[in-house]
Amino acid sequence: MAEALATIARIEGLGMIAIRADLSRTGDAIAEAAGLAIPGVTRIVTNGSRSLGWMSPDELLLVLPVAELADTLTTLTDALSGEHALVVDVSDARAVFDVTGPHAADVIAKLMPVDLDDLPFDGLRRSRAAQTAAAVWRVPGGFRLIGFRSTADYLRLILENAAIPGSRLAPR
Amino acid sequence: MLILLCPYCGVKAEETELSPGGEAHLKRIGPDGTAEEFEAYLFARKNLKGVHFERWRHAYGCGKWFLAARDTHTMQVYGTYKAQTAHATDEIVANARQARPEWVPDWPQASEAVVG
Amino acid sequence: MSHTPPFRLPKGGRLIDRAFQLAFRFDGRHLRGVQGDTLASALLANGQMLMGRSFKYHRPRGPIASGAEEPNALLGLGQGGRFEPNQRASTTALEAGMVLRSQNCWPSLDADVGAINTWLSPLLPAGFYYKTFIHPRPFWKHLFEPIIRRSAGLGRAPSDPDPDRYEQAYAFAEVVVVGGGIAGLTAARDAADKGGRVIVLEQDPHWGGRTPTDHDGGQAAIDTLLEDLRGRDNVTLRRNTMATGLYDHGYLLAREALADHDLNQGIPRQRLWRIRAGHVITATGALERPLSFACNDVPGVMLASAVRDFIADYGVAPGKRIVVVTNNDDAYRTALVAHGAGLEVVAVIDARLRAKGDLPQAARAAGIRVMTGTAIAKVKGGRHVEGVALCEQAGAGRVTGSLDCDVVAMSGGWSPVVHLYSHCGGRLTWDEPEAMFRPDPARPPLGADGKAMVTVLGAANGDLRCAGDLERAEGATMPVWVMPHNAPYKLRAKMWLDFQNDVKVSDVELAAREGYASVEHAKRYTTLGMATDQGKNSNINGLAVLSNALNQPLEATGTTTFRPPYTPLTLGTIAAEAKGDAFQPLRKTPIHDWHARNGASFEPVGHWRRPYSYPRAGEDRHAAVNREILAVRSGVGTLDASTLGKIVVKGPDAGRFLDMMYTNMMSTLPVGKCRYGLMCNENGFLMDDGVVARLSPDTWLCHTTTGGADRIHGHMEDWLQCEWWDWQVYTANLTEQYAQIAVAGPRARELLQRLPGTIDLKQEALPFMQWAEGELAGIPARLYRISFSGELSYEIAVPANRGLDLWETLHDTGRDLNITPYGTEAMHVMRAEKGFIMIGDETDGTVIPQDLGLHWAISKKKPDYIGKRAQARSFMKDGSRWQLVGLESLDGRVLPDGAYAVEPGVNANGQRKTQGRVTSSYHSPTLNRPIAMGLVRHGPARMGQVLDFPIPGGEAMKARIVDPVFYDKEGTRLNG
Repeated sequence: MAEALATIARIEGLGMIAIRADLSRTGDAIAEAAGLAIPGVTRIVTNGSRSLGWMSPDELLLVLPVAELADTLTTLTDALSGEHALVVDVSDARAVFDVTGPHAADVIAKLMPVDLDDLPFDGLRRSRAAQTAAAVWRVPGGFRLIGFRSTADYLRLILENAAIPGSRLAPR
Repeated sequence: MLILLCPYCGVKAEETELSPGGEAHLKRIGPDGTAEEFEAYLFARKNLKGVHFERWRHAYGCGKWFLAARDTHTMQVYGTYKAQTAHATDEIVANARQARPEWVPDWPQASEAVVG
Repeated sequence: MSHTPPFRLPKGGRLIDRAFQLAFRFDGRHLRGVQGDTLASALLANGQMLMGRSFKYHRPRGPIASGAEEPNALLGLGQGGRFEPNQRASTTALEAGMVLRSQNCWPSLDADVGAINTWLSPLLPAGFYYKTFIHPRPFWKHLFEPIIRRSAGLGRAPSDPDPDRYEQAYAFAEVVVVGGGIAGLTAARDAADKGGRVIVLEQDPHWGGRTPTDHDGGQAAIDTLLEDLRGRDNVTLRRNTMATGLYDHGYLLAREALADHDLNQGIPRQRLWRIRAGHVITATGALERPLSFACNDVPGVMLASAVRDFIADYGVAPGKRIVVVTNNDDAYRTALVAHGAGLEVVAVIDARLRAKGDLPQAARAAGIRVMTGTAIAKVKGGRHVEGVALCEQAGAGRVTGSLDCDVVAMSGGWSPVVHLYSHCGGRLTWDEPEAMFRPDPARPPLGADGKAMVTVLGAANGDLRCAGDLERAEGATMPVWVMPHNAPYKLRAKMWLDFQNDVKVSDVELAAREGYASVEHAKRYTTLGMATDQGKNSNINGLAVLSNALNQPLEATGTTTFRPPYTPLTLGTIAAEAKGDAFQPLRKTPIHDWHARNGASFEPVGHWRRPYSYPRAGEDRHAAVNREILAVRSGVGTLDASTLGKIVVKGPDAGRFLDMMYTNMMSTLPVGKCRYGLMCNENGFLMDDGVVARLSPDTWLCHTTTGGADRIHGHMEDWLQCEWWDWQVYTANLTEQYAQIAVAGPRARELLQRLPGTIDLKQEALPFMQWAEGELAGIPARLYRISFSGELSYEIAVPANRGLDLWETLHDTGRDLNITPYGTEAMHVMRAEKGFIMIGDETDGTVIPQDLGLHWAISKKKPDYIGKRAQARSFMKDGSRWQLVGLESLDGRVLPDGAYAVEPGVNANGQRKTQGRVTSSYHSPTLNRPIAMGLVRHGPARMGQVLDFPIPGGEAMKARIVDPVFYDKEGTRLNG
């Protein structure tokens, strides 16, 4: 039997903080508190174990090791005190999968209506995977896909189905 | 299946990533409205063949509502623009009039005001 | 093993490999084909011309085509869950061990009882369904319909689940070329030169379309193009991929066959491509038209192109003595190919008076007899062609001679394949000289940019000589719509237009006489073009006959609408991954697995699965519900309420915003307190409800119903973004961030106080409708003192990943209190005992809060809220609306949910007048009697009156109007 198209791995131990604010007013404060530059529209900035993704014109998502979550929540909240902003822990609301391997893009292309040729190396694309909301960005060797925790089993199932051996998208 | 450019995030989203919201530029009628005004606000829709302004939410993307000027017959998209806009931009109007010269916007045009 | 089937030619067949023999079965017979055969070529090689029966008259039928347009040779394929009806023999590749079955015949293909219909055909003209079976009325239901149903339908549906995998995939390209013939490949090369991504789709397993078969040097030309294209990074060449439909904005669906008949690989059988194309080039070629002469449906009458395909591509002789009949030069290629293969070409019957092109001359030079100005008066033979009677094309069918033959190769000219172009609004124009509809360059389908999104090239564009240098000069085609031109009715009643559906020239003429002048009406009246081939053969001929009957030019008649799919798609491909466990995203709470381990019986609530109840050994679902309710009312129970929507609303204008969202006042809610709120839409109707907690001066947390979380969050964002965008408010949907557990019952506090924690649970510290935050059993938690059960109750929110922790801790700690998990049904019954409304039960999108007696939750002070204006409309305020009451069954039976209360008289439709209906109805284990709520006209003013609720069987149950609060009217328990 041929190999699966990609390795599907659930990633645990990530903290996530949703930040809603007027980025033009508060960008510097957020960048300093998060320790990352503010990403451009539909981009994600990564440095070491932290990433800061652009979710919406007034929303960012900070992804970081869960051990740093509590302190960073406080730091961000303090940095934005006096501003109209919302900083909330959404770590438990998400399920994260890494799809890696030489044909990881095939797996994504079977599930998401996203032109991956158009996705820059630091692009973050919010869309859907089959019938559920998901966001995707590139990680070394493939893609990271996040969706809602309640649909984790569904996400794993459709990802593994899409990766079944012998189902590469290249013409036969 | 439509593709619309989200004016907030620049993503060319397909219809399955969007949710529709009906006719755009309705003026809300509150408790002071007359029965006729309120009826029109709730129910009277242009529903025309041709240039149409409509609401869409980039539901599976950035979550923002935006407006689209679309031709209900040819499916041509004259442009998309942010929801916090009183009416379509001059560029969109120009696009629509190029495709449908007989169409005129039903709001006062800055450029025409100058000419007139 | 070396046995060669009787009609396999000794040599030739560019697509087959004679070294690989394949055994298969057809209606039980053991036959042999070779690698590369289609089912049709393999059957023909074995002399099996009869492959099916027509739909209406059950006439014997053989294949007429060699491609996707084949109407007759439809077979049942496979066994069990892999059985598939209506597989086209002409496009299905033969595989070893295949089991084929003929369709639409009984008891057998050779001796079909339904063929009696052909003798009854004078009684079954066009529209006979509509004329015959109308009266007397009862006959339709009891006599005609059952008979028609039994004899209708083509093929059988498989009875077992499909065991195969299917998938879908998205692709994006600047240019998609449909059709891998010479026009398509040339266009792909030109498009690729511009640098964008190019995808080329070819329906067949091999490239080249007709060019390799029809032109010397054709294969070499195709190979050169393929070599060029394969060397380019921006080109994807995909065979076995049928473009089935083109939709708005360049959305193209295509079905790729991956392992259609090689199922042991475990890979997906088919894949549906969802392609977004910047521009689409259709180079889909053309289809040959049949000619309408009497008995043109006898097996052995085939399209001329099909005859030469079987000879040249598969090395199969459809027959040994061939008559070609044509109105154009192209069919002479068939005569030459057959002659070259050593078959006898009896004659070429050419309707034209002159045939002087290169091809006719070549035929004459080869010694083939050419008869111009001649027509076929009639085909002789029943189950197989035995010969043809000849006449003058210009005449009325007087027989001038006859020829013996076993195959008639006919060509009525070619029709461009314009389906994809037309799917999305491309318009056609009638090309009189070439006698065909072709794309009108002035009216193409438009894309999002308002420019043409489809370019049609090659034969599909009417350029039938698109092979360029490979072509020979051809003479003009002469339109021939019936043969002979002045054929009398007797002949026209035997000229088939639509072979599968048995529509004849006389049927279309009848439709025209009876007033079906619109082409769309005539189609439906006669069923012309409604077969699985969707008129690929019959369309143009039928339109021409209709036009002649109406005395109007073909252009005025127009065409019927071309709709996707081009060829049928299997449902498995459309469903793809969405089956079994992946049918829908199944949402699970963090405590889901515990529920499953502890015997929960689940029910769907939106995409969620929630425990309905937890039946124990020997208990059914309802016994479990009763036990759970009594346990909560007497001790303590836990409900997994994690699915409730939880939306944070924060900002300087959050209070003002929530005052608009809810009917009651939220801005005045003190920090630390909770308030039950109602949400309406602008129509005034109640759409959601839930408890709102004020977390801080600028932050509120809004609970929604389970099904309402995403919808209400979207509703809030809509108003914030589109109406009050200057208000400073942020929202976040935190539904999934928290697990929420309701701990309810008189011993709830006692249980929670056993857990280590930082929250003071005493009544004074945390009274009803307040919340507190702190640590509970080592978990950060927020406790809301709210109650949907009517008992002392806390809803505890903890981070989702700690939810199971808390749940298990509660159960460990409360074992001696008989702590009981309860499900949604117990929750529903308990809230009904308390007279609490449920969104979706007491509301249905037409109910306003005032109908439900919820005036206390509607602010009189606020100048405005969403729905306020609507609730002031005259019919919302008049007293005759149905209003909430309790209903007490008089005989101890539970009222059926949804039952209507009737009143004397009937309405305009002759139905009983109604005055109310049951909205919730249960057996209350607490009270040990039935309880119900309902909406009744003037209900609250009619306490004590008895209403009739008819139930199936003619009986009416009686119920008394009572107060909707059945249990603990004073509310002492939840305040306890």
